[in-house]
Order: sequence, then structure tokens, then C-alpha cells
Amino acid sequence: MKYWRKTLDQDQVKPIRGRVEVLKDRCKQCRFCIDFCPKQVLEESTEFNRKGYHPVYAALPNECVNCGLCELICPEFAISVVPLEEEEVKEEARYV
Amino acid sequence: MNQNGSEQKHYIDQYLREDRMPHIWCPGCGLGSILHCFLSSLIKSGIDMDKVVVVSGIGCTGRAAGYVKLDSFHTTHGRAIPFATGLKIANPELQVVVFSGDGDLIAIGGNHLIHAARRNIDMTVICVNNFNYGMTGGQLGPTTPLGARTQTSPIGNYERPFSLPYLAAASGAVYVARWTSMHVRRLEQTITEALLKRGFRFIEVIAPCPTTYGRRNRQPTGLDQMRYYRENSIIRHGADPKDVDIDLNGKIIVGKFIDIERPTYSDLLDEVMQRAFGTELPKDDTSKEEATVVGSAPK
Repeated sequence: MKYWRKTLDQDQVKPIRGRVEVLKDRCKQCRFCIDFCPKQVLEESTEFNRKGYHPVYAALPNECVNCGLCELICPEFAISVVPLEEEEVKEEARYV
Repeated sequence: MNQNGSEQKHYIDQYLREDRMPHIWCPGCGLGSILHCFLSSLIKSGIDMDKVVVVSGIGCTGRAAGYVKLDSFHTTHGRAIPFATGLKIANPELQVVVFSGDGDLIAIGGNHLIHAARRNIDMTVICVNNFNYGMTGGQLGPTTPLGARTQTSPIGNYERPFSLPYLAAASGAVYVARWTSMHVRRLEQTITEALLKRGFRFIEVIAPCPTTYGRRNRQPTGLDQMRYYRENSIIRHGADPKDVDIDLNGKIIVGKFIDIERPTYSDLLDEVMQRAFGTELPKDDTSKEEATVVGSAPK
């Protein structure tokens, strides 16, 4: 992400990060989460689940900001978003 | 281990009957999102879960009572509100929530709805409106917009539909709101606010029904209907309920329309009881006395 200008407290404020966890066998491929994710994190996978649907997966996991919209909008109770700890964020280094 | 054969669990599973999962709702149906919003707002409102009762009637939405791991009852068709009324009057401590569909609450149970609103009985009614009778194959209902095609109106509906917020507000509800299943965050906030209020609270939630309604009205998937809600919803808090009719392919006005205070049925009942029996017979003692009488009656 490119910032047009730097805010004064940029060193102190850290963007929140989350990790999307999908219970693959619950997904019914309604695509709500794919369409409504503000960061376009999720995508349909090519694999099949037990019901014969293509479950979603986090295609851009580094973009997730833990807003929890996919979790709430998923009608199958299949997605949960876990906030990442600061160390974990550093491990999976995000922004350049 | 859940039914899907994996150890993984969802955080909301603690309030769902996992043996009933996966639910019967079609792919693209909005009911799961609404149930999630409801459970999430129950958690956020901090209400004691042992005091919450979910009552529902018949229909796709009526299945919700069977899916939540709370005290719940799946009543006969249209009679969710009378059952909930009885619960609330018998045990005023309970937080009674009626979670049902438009066919149940507005069609067959329409009379109960207006009278419960008139009496201002302390309960939250979440009415999921999908514009048709979904479970039975998509027949014309009292909420189907003019011109919409359903199984029993193949050339278009010519009956004027109810505007649910207008109906509830005119009947005397103290809290009236409408959202779609796309507005999950706002719906969650509204349900939380409604749960913490007293009186008859009515929330209409518009939900997609791709299988029986959408595919006959050029919105063949749930996602098409959700996109339509996103593009055509106008948030107008405090709008006059008589201006919030829904037209086919028109704009949907959503928001919180009514939020007033009025004495509830229990308040007025208490007042009358006080006047009739005086302060020597407070309500708690009477209920205990009655309970012992009822308990000893079979002997």
C-alpha cells in the first residue's frame, strides 16, 4: 500500500491484522464473503469439499484487517477471523 | 468433534445445536447471517443467556429456534407471539425474542402481531421478510411487492402488500427498524439496542430467497439480491413509516424509524394489581402462592 503522506504518529499506530479461518466443509459457495470483503481477501478455491462446493480460502491473507465482516455475513458459520498478535504480524512481514 | 468430521470449531458454535448443523437453509439465503447477527448481539448486549427465550413459528425462519442452544420453542404456525406473550406474563424476568418469518408473523399471525404491539408487551420481534412463502415453494404472500412474480402470481402480483414498519408503528410498537441481511453490522447494533430496551420492539430484516423468489424476479442468486440491496438501500433514520413502502426493483428505505417510550403491558398490569390489592400483596408473593397452589393441586 502506498501512503500519500505520512502521519505524525505513524510509528506508534499499527494497523490491526487478522487471520481468516475457514471451516471448509461448511462452505456452500454463496460468495457473500468474497463480494463484501472490503479488502478482497477471499477467493474461491479449486478443491472440493464434502458437499461438492468449492470452499473459499484467504487468497491475500496479508491484506486482512480483522474487520470481521466475512465472519458475520457468512450464513453457514464457516468463517472466523482471529486477531493476530504483534509478533505474528512481524513474522509474516506485510507492508514494504 | 462436529458433524463435519473435523475438530475445528467456530466461536458461535457454543450457542448452536451442533448436531443440527449444517442447517437446511439454501446457499444464498440470508437467514444464517441474520441468526449470526442475533447471536452476536446477544453476546454483546451482555444479557444472561439463561434468561433468553427464542420463540419461532413455522417456515424457513422458524427453524432458527431449533438451531440455537438457548431456551427455545418452535410453535405452531403463526402462534409465536401468543406463546411469547404467555411466557413474558408468567415470568417477567425472561428476555423473550420472537424470531420468525413474514409468512408466519404477518400472514397467519398478523392479528397477534398487531395486538401484541397494541398492548406493548415486552418482547423483541425479529421478522425476516423474504417477500414470499419460501418453504412451501414460493407462493404469493402479504408482503410480496406489486408486480412481483411468484409461483401463484406468474404474471405479476396485483395485491397491495403490507409495509411492515408502518403496520408495527401504527399498531403501537415502541421501536421499529428495518435492515437488510446485507447490513450485518448495523443490524447487529440495532438488535443489541432493541434487546436493551423495554416494550414491543419490531425489527424487519429483508433477506434474499434465491430459490423461490429471486429466480422468478431476475435475481437468480443470493448474491444478486445482496448486490441489489447494497445498491438500492437508502439509510434514513427517523423516516416516517408511511413513506417506507417497498416497490419491486425500487429503492429500499432502511434505518431506525421509531424509538419512543410507552408503559408496557406488565407495567400497567402491575399498576392495576397494586390498585386492586394494595401494597400488602406485592406481585412476587402472589406468584409464589400461586405456584404452590398449582404444584399441590394434583394431590
